[in-house]
Amino acid sequence: MPTQVSPENVEKTIFDGLVELGTERDQLARDASLEDLDVDSLDLVELAQIVEDEYGVELKGDDVKDVKTVGEVIDLVVAKAS
Amino acid sequence: MTRRVVITGVGAVTPLGIGAQTLIERWSAGESGIEDGFGRCRDFEPLDFLSKKEARRADRFTQMAIAAGNEAIAQAWGEDGELPYDPYRIGCLIATGIGGLVSLEREQEKLITSGPKAVSPLAVPLMMANAATAAVSMRHGLQGECYAVASACAAGSNGLGDAARMIRAGGAEAVVAGGAEACITGVATAAFAAMEATSASGISRPFDARRDGFVMGEGAGVLVLEEQGAAEARGAEILGELIGYGATGDAHHLTAPQPEGEAAAKAISLAITDAEKSAVDVDYVNAHGTSTPLNDAAETKAIKAALGERAADIPVSSTKSSIGHLLGAAGAVEAIATLEALRRREAPPTVNWEEAEEGLDLDYVPGHSKPIENGDGPLVAISNSFGFGGHNAVLVLEA
Repeated sequence: MPTQVSPENVEKTIFDGLVELGTERDQLARDASLEDLDVDSLDLVELAQIVEDEYGVELKGDDVKDVKTVGEVIDLVVAKAS
Repeated sequence: MTRRVVITGVGAVTPLGIGAQTLIERWSAGESGIEDGFGRCRDFEPLDFLSKKEARRADRFTQMAIAAGNEAIAQAWGEDGELPYDPYRIGCLIATGIGGLVSLEREQEKLITSGPKAVSPLAVPLMMANAATAAVSMRHGLQGECYAVASACAAGSNGLGDAARMIRAGGAEAVVAGGAEACITGVATAAFAAMEATSASGISRPFDARRDGFVMGEGAGVLVLEEQGAAEARGAEILGELIGYGATGDAHHLTAPQPEGEAAAKAISLAITDAEKSAVDVDYVNAHGTSTPLNDAAETKAIKAALGERAADIPVSSTKSSIGHLLGAAGAVEAIATLEALRRREAPPTVNWEEAEEGLDLDYVPGHSKPIENGDGPLVAISNSFGFGGHNAVLVLEA
């Protein structure tokens, strides 16, 4: 069963996912910019796999091409799920 | 005016440990990095050289190439790695036999067990054969000609030969060149065992009568090659010179060498001619010496055919006796071992060599290192590499 989509759950998934991909946890915040965190398009595709596994929400490259911050990724997942 | 190619930096990750000096010191002492029938790089910890993110984005063969590349570039151009030439005049060429097999097998497993959506978007950039070249060039900002060479177990030497030609032809002032391989994986070990290429006893003993196949190893070797005039102009310490390269194809069999080693002998002769030397000038042979029955017999014939009477007078030893067969990295790691052997004026031993076989009657340097003797001047060596598919590549080094 997919995890229930809530802003808190998704934030945890995204934060944990970014740490798994190599970001330092103490740098993570909703307003942290992906560019500053060195999160690039390949990371976002991997993150999309993690999100889909967890919530059954499919994110395509087009969906994430304009996101600039960690918070925007979280909001996008929550919005796509509802 | 002829452009000559000098070596200004070397770096290695091998089963004997981290570093080119570790390689030559331990091999010269007759030590072995082989345990339980494999030459694994047990001392290699990727996070010593890479961030977590960089390590995730590199297959094991690429990780090792990055570590070896860092060492070579630090020696040649300093710890800060400031490039001494226009980046477009510095090439990068890391050879491999297979590429990212660890990653390929991991992703294949995910595909079978969890379906296509489980396959990583990193799978292709991790497993592609040119991944190590791409990673080393990106890390150091090398923007000249960059590609990988694949010719199985000859790849490392073919790659260095190509790199030297790039410089000679005027296409680059420097090339960061070498080889990397990490394929001690389920498929590769099973496949080599199935064709009875690898040693059932797990012992690497090239040229010994009891040899029963090669021992798989892994690792990377990277050299900084520079055009001699440019290197001298910047006051570089020159470790040695890559003076010749010769390469041929057997056109004989997918895996077996020609029994008489004719094309291998031709590659040796071409390399010596390219170096503007004669057989009598060769002071040491770093043999391909895999420990397979076929290679070591054919290679001995090839050495005799190419060097004539000189073959009986000089030491011939195999690095693979100490570290196993590094496949596509072998030629590069062995070029470094050859260079350092010349600099020490000492031929390291063929470890485990004890029993002679009829016809295999060269001086394989049993037991202990021995001096390479030829007055006080620079010494000359050849380093042989032969690959499945019948690819023969020979380098001539002087130091």
